[in-house]
Amino acid sequence: MKKLLASTALIAAIALPAFAQETLDPNATPGGNITVTYKDDVATLDPAIGYDWQNWSMIKSLFDGLMDYEPGTTTLRPGLAESYDISDDGLTFTFHLRPGVKFHNGREMLAEDVKYSLDRVTNPTTQSPGAGFFGAIVGYDAIASGEAETLEGVTVVDPATVEIKLSRPDATFLHVMALNFASVVPQEAVEAANGDFGKLPVGTGAFKLGDWTIGQKLVFEKNADYWRAGLPYLDTVTFEVGQEPIVALLRLQNGEVDVPGDGIPPAKFQEVMGDPAQAARVVEGGQLQTGYITLNVTTPPLDDVNVRKAINMAINKDRITKLINGRAVPANQPLPPSMPGYTEDYAGYAYDVDAAKALLAEAGLADGFDTELYVMNTDPNPRIAQAIQQDLAAIGVNASIQSLAQANVIEAGGAGTAPMIWSGGMAWIADFPDPSNFFGPILGCAGAEEGGWNWSKFCNAEIDAEATAADSMIDPAAPERMQMWSDVYMKVMEEAPWVPVFNEQRYTMKSERMGGADALYVDPVSIPVNYDYVYVTE
Amino acid sequence: MAAYLIRRLIQSALILLGVSFITFFLLYVLPADPVRQIAGRSATPQTVANIRAQLGLDQPFVVQYGRYLAGLFHGDMGRSYLQKTDVATLILARLPASLLLMVAGIGAELVVGLTMGVVAAVFRGRALDNCLMMTSFVTVSAPQFVVALLLLYVFAVQLGWFPIGGYGTAAHLVLPAMTLGILGSGWYARMMRSSMVEVLRADFIRTARAKGLTRGRVILRHALPNAILPIIAMIGIDIGIFMGGIVVVEGVFGWPGIGQLAWQAIQRVDIPIIMGVTLVSAFAIVLGNLLADLVAPLIDPRIRIR
Amino acid sequence: MTDATATNQRPGPESAWTRLRRRKMGMFGLALVILIVGAAILAPWIAPYDPFEQKFDGLTMFGEPLPPGGAYVLGTDLLGRDLLSRLLYGARTSLIIGVVANGIALVIGTIIGLTAGFFQGWIGAVLMRFTDLMMAFPALLLAICLAAIFQPSLWIVAFVIAMVNWVQTARVIYTETSALAARDFIAAERTLGASTPRILFKHILPHLVPMIIVWGTLGISTTVLLEATLSYLGVGVQPPTPSWGNIIFENQTYFQSAPWLVFFPGAAIVVLALAFNLVGDALRDVLDPTLRGSD
Repeated sequence: MKKLLASTALIAAIALPAFAQETLDPNATPGGNITVTYKDDVATLDPAIGYDWQNWSMIKSLFDGLMDYEPGTTTLRPGLAESYDISDDGLTFTFHLRPGVKFHNGREMLAEDVKYSLDRVTNPTTQSPGAGFFGAIVGYDAIASGEAETLEGVTVVDPATVEIKLSRPDATFLHVMALNFASVVPQEAVEAANGDFGKLPVGTGAFKLGDWTIGQKLVFEKNADYWRAGLPYLDTVTFEVGQEPIVALLRLQNGEVDVPGDGIPPAKFQEVMGDPAQAARVVEGGQLQTGYITLNVTTPPLDDVNVRKAINMAINKDRITKLINGRAVPANQPLPPSMPGYTEDYAGYAYDVDAAKALLAEAGLADGFDTELYVMNTDPNPRIAQAIQQDLAAIGVNASIQSLAQANVIEAGGAGTAPMIWSGGMAWIADFPDPSNFFGPILGCAGAEEGGWNWSKFCNAEIDAEATAADSMIDPAAPERMQMWSDVYMKVMEEAPWVPVFNEQRYTMKSERMGGADALYVDPVSIPVNYDYVYVTE
Repeated sequence: MAAYLIRRLIQSALILLGVSFITFFLLYVLPADPVRQIAGRSATPQTVANIRAQLGLDQPFVVQYGRYLAGLFHGDMGRSYLQKTDVATLILARLPASLLLMVAGIGAELVVGLTMGVVAAVFRGRALDNCLMMTSFVTVSAPQFVVALLLLYVFAVQLGWFPIGGYGTAAHLVLPAMTLGILGSGWYARMMRSSMVEVLRADFIRTARAKGLTRGRVILRHALPNAILPIIAMIGIDIGIFMGGIVVVEGVFGWPGIGQLAWQAIQRVDIPIIMGVTLVSAFAIVLGNLLADLVAPLIDPRIRIR
Repeated sequence: MTDATATNQRPGPESAWTRLRRRKMGMFGLALVILIVGAAILAPWIAPYDPFEQKFDGLTMFGEPLPPGGAYVLGTDLLGRDLLSRLLYGARTSLIIGVVANGIALVIGTIIGLTAGFFQGWIGAVLMRFTDLMMAFPALLLAICLAAIFQPSLWIVAFVIAMVNWVQTARVIYTETSALAARDFIAAERTLGASTPRILFKHILPHLVPMIIVWGTLGISTTVLLEATLSYLGVGVQPPTPSWGNIIFENQTYFQSAPWLVFFPGAAIVVLALAFNLVGDALRDVLDPTLRGSD
């Protein structure tokens, strides 16, 4: 903790120029355009609203927040705040804003804008899905219940300084300030858009929105006044929507497209990876994602931990991974391997049908039992569910498949009526690279309420207490904290409310003319591609 | 005539009202909660409650429906839950693409179907007739998605003659329009054949032949115009059928029309969009039927307006 | 007048069958129907494998399906299951749903059409306007919405399809009943004191039978197509129960590298719908030549 405070003090002491010094890539050639394709239309570019994996990186390129990440990594770095101080008790954060940052409409960004943005995202009228992340800020409850119009804990000290007070220590707070939800927006643009800010975004980001033809394409244009000097390299980024992944890939092979945003379609995967020329242009990276089966601990006989362990041992994860062309790594715990706090040498529940049957017999269910497996009805999830069903049948568990629309599965999960749910298509991807993000909503007591995302309704007060204690430490990266989190998840696995199945790998294919470090193409935060830092080589 | 028209218009308005009510009701009883979709997975119960109140979804059914209707009269179809944009804007942005597809599809249907029907009638009883009629049966029996996938695979992927889905040029329009055209042509082919056969038996045709006119001339200039008349009224009904079926074709070819919009909206329980697209489609169906019923007696004086 | 009137005898079962036999396309269709129904009934005996069994050697090393030939005559699907077996069992599903859904639609359509056509007046107007209302719904959207509301099961799928399909039958029955009810002999029966149920069942319904048969047969092809489309969209029959539509749904992402997974079930759907169309059309010509047919 002391080390962190010392380093930030050091940064604050250096008078930084208005424009941040970037370590620019010496190979980068400025200029050019790239074309990215997607199947679905872009829902919204409003940073307070946008919460799907498609618009997340687009919003990142249009807006900035107080904090940011080193490109291609999960390391925090200052964003619009060039430095910050944290009080000793960890409850007061003072952010010193970078001077001279301009919005796309030409106006300079000031502390008032930060306050406005945070007030806006937590205000119920905005209907932001990310409002809850700011729960630690003083005054959050008042604004969320409608009693107040602004956040009491956010104060404008002067046009270049914002002070944020927390009601409790929160190790994840800096990560929250790096979320899209904490992006800084100009009030006049939001009001001028009259409810349509999502289609008329104005931010401080490396790109600004040029043209948007609904259903067809969007064009991002370089922000010439971007405060990170020398960035972005590209002049424009064109997003074409309504393109099937197979079509996108064919067009990539033809040279018409630079990055298929939805990835390589499963049917073509072997073909692409089998061709050295094409495989060379595919970047593989981990994702902060886990696919799992939730077991409802309140529904007999799943309320018996031995039954849950038996189910864990019955699932053949290698076969399931093969079903998705091997584009995943079998998982044995809730956290994905690239997440800090991951327990390296944990063996988990090995695939052992006989041991599973023995455990079931011990629990008095030697003849097995009937249950239901809920799954989202878009490919490949029904197939995976059928593979799981066959595995369960081998130990005598008859799971009938309920393949429903996503919203219906979420509903059943939240209501607690679903005994087992395969999370595919709705699997948890981390909002920010911190182990606490994998706990609260999906394994903590708070999420086990009616309608919550803790579909296994798992609630263990002891584990919850340990999780809260871990988050009360101020330094997110402290080794003791990581140890506590590792311990939390190990305890969770002992109760086995989940069957962790696999962690999906990400494969981004790019055209030959695209340049930039590989990590930018599997950026864990800016998915799929970090548009600010990539360039074209012709 | 005017009285009939007014009566039909009122009926149509009532039908649309009924459609809006039933759809609204069905969406209301959906077990899936749209607020959960909007609130996302990280929402606290407080946020969920807030969003529910903001959208007025905690109000009783009648109040919600009443508000929706009131909005409709002002031309406001509400706002998409997930995109926060006006539904009217979204639909208008995509409607031209669907309309283009519809016109091209009906055009293709007519060209293919009518030609088949005429040829079959002229060569009545012979192998060609049987062959064409069998083909028309097959096309009527095929599911849309099979034909769509087949055309895509053969002509776009394997042969590369056309782009693989997408929108923008005339080339992009060909395959989706042909899919619709092939599927609908069977129906027109058989009707045209019937109509043509009946016309060819008529006295005035025999007179024309007796006068020494060539067969071709007789068919094209005397029989065809008369045979086509009853078909024209059918086009109106066709419009309605299109509206019901574009989801599949737009999906397979990546055509940015309202069918795609509706499908995405259904997946995400974006109720205002679903309502909007259903109403627009119902409107098209009702309009098509109305036109068909109005045009029919103009063409065939034997049909009287009741 | 043409010779159409000469054939307007009361269609008895023998004369109808004889006339049906002469229509080659109708007989061809009938043969197809028998073939498919036979395959469906005999599926447990003629299917080479269990349609639900996901075989480990049914997939290549990389998890791709096997092409036709060798141990799996028509190849395997994306879970390593034998396609031929799934197609045979799928015939059962498609037929059952087609017939059941169509049956429900027929019953509803007939009741509504009959009631409206016979009683006319206020009831008739309301029922027919309701029918118009249902016609105004974009069928597929309605079906998808309904399917999203209820937990999927074969019965629900059949019910949803029926809900979307009864309208045509209702209209046709209504027109026919109206015409019949206005005829003199009905009036005569009434003055003789015959009760309403008697009139309906003894005098009107028998005349409707030919039409019901025709629409019943033609309707199966529509319901089969609708079930296939709903399953293709993922909201119809749920896997692992095979239906021709959901086989395509599950495997369509591979249609470029494994086109047999789309085209065999697709062809099966076409053949089934075609068969019923041919039979229904021939029946229409035979049982009621005043309806427009292909002659």
